[in-house]
Amino acid sequence: MDLKGFDQPGGRAAGDTRSVKVMIAGGFGTGKTTMVRSVSDIKPLTTEETLTQASADVDRLIGVGDKTQTTVSLDFGKIGINESLVLYLFGTPGQERFWFLWNGLFKGALGAIVLVDTRRLESSFRAIEEMERQEVPFVVALNVFPDSSNYPVEEIRDALDIPEHTPVIAFDARDRASSRDVLVALIHHLKERSAVALEPR
Amino acid sequence: MSAPRKPSDPSGLERYYVLTGGRSGPGGSASSLDVATLVLARAAPLPGMQHEHEEILRRCRDPLSVAELGAHLGLPFNILAVLLSDLLDAGRVEARNPIPAHDAAGRGPDLALLEEVLSGLERL
Repeated sequence: MDLKGFDQPGGRAAGDTRSVKVMIAGGFGTGKTTMVRSVSDIKPLTTEETLTQASADVDRLIGVGDKTQTTVSLDFGKIGINESLVLYLFGTPGQERFWFLWNGLFKGALGAIVLVDTRRLESSFRAIEEMERQEVPFVVALNVFPDSSNYPVEEIRDALDIPEHTPVIAFDARDRASSRDVLVALIHHLKERSAVALEPR
Repeated sequence: MSAPRKPSDPSGLERYYVLTGGRSGPGGSASSLDVATLVLARAAPLPGMQHEHEEILRRCRDPLSVAELGAHLGLPFNILAVLLSDLLDAGRVEARNPIPAHDAAGRGPDLALLEEVLSGLERL
């Protein structure tokens, strides 16, 4: 009777709980943590990973000796979908080169949201490239900062060379409903992809 | 040859070495752990158990993600994974990986799951 005096206050439903995860990517300062904060049911938390890599791959400033230890942080939040399903949202570290050193960070994600600051389109080039390379389904969300000029979505799609089937949405990362709508757009996109995959050829 | 000894270890690496008995990465049962893996205690802490093991069991009476555990315990993912593999091997916790984006046949997530996520998001 190992569990004697060890109540599980969550009851039956908690025991069956499963999780799904969605990644939020994009360059430095595009609003990843802001978005996590807007939609999360909990105060965003930070978890870390210590990565070891050969110094040859790293900036000379960091590299001392053969191996380098780097600490990479992920800000994350969660959304209770229902009693037995939790969605975790992970904001990726700003340095894209760490994304795939952290084994399995993107594996197992339903998909990703790539945030773009319309004043600095180039800061999200790399994120879009990496999603395509890793075959992670994604939507692009233009974080509309107060002083952003009003870019037409299609112009940005062209500038960033985003494939036609990938949705591009403008939103405000500080706004809960707006951030929620981006997540909804991602799930719709995943549904469409599933539907296309199921069509007979 | 040998670098001068530092009086302290600001990176916490010595602490991690002690916590894991020098093991650097999880093997076997914990190698598939994800930051979104839910951990659920299946047994009460034992007297004399390593403090961190006890903490994990205490915090996982309700399912808690590896990421949340790491944040609460102040431990990086790789160190936590070693501690979790001990508990998994001893059958004291259950680990539930996130529902994958692709099934074994390479198909995307099932529509029922996506509908479930959508209706949850629409209630926000």
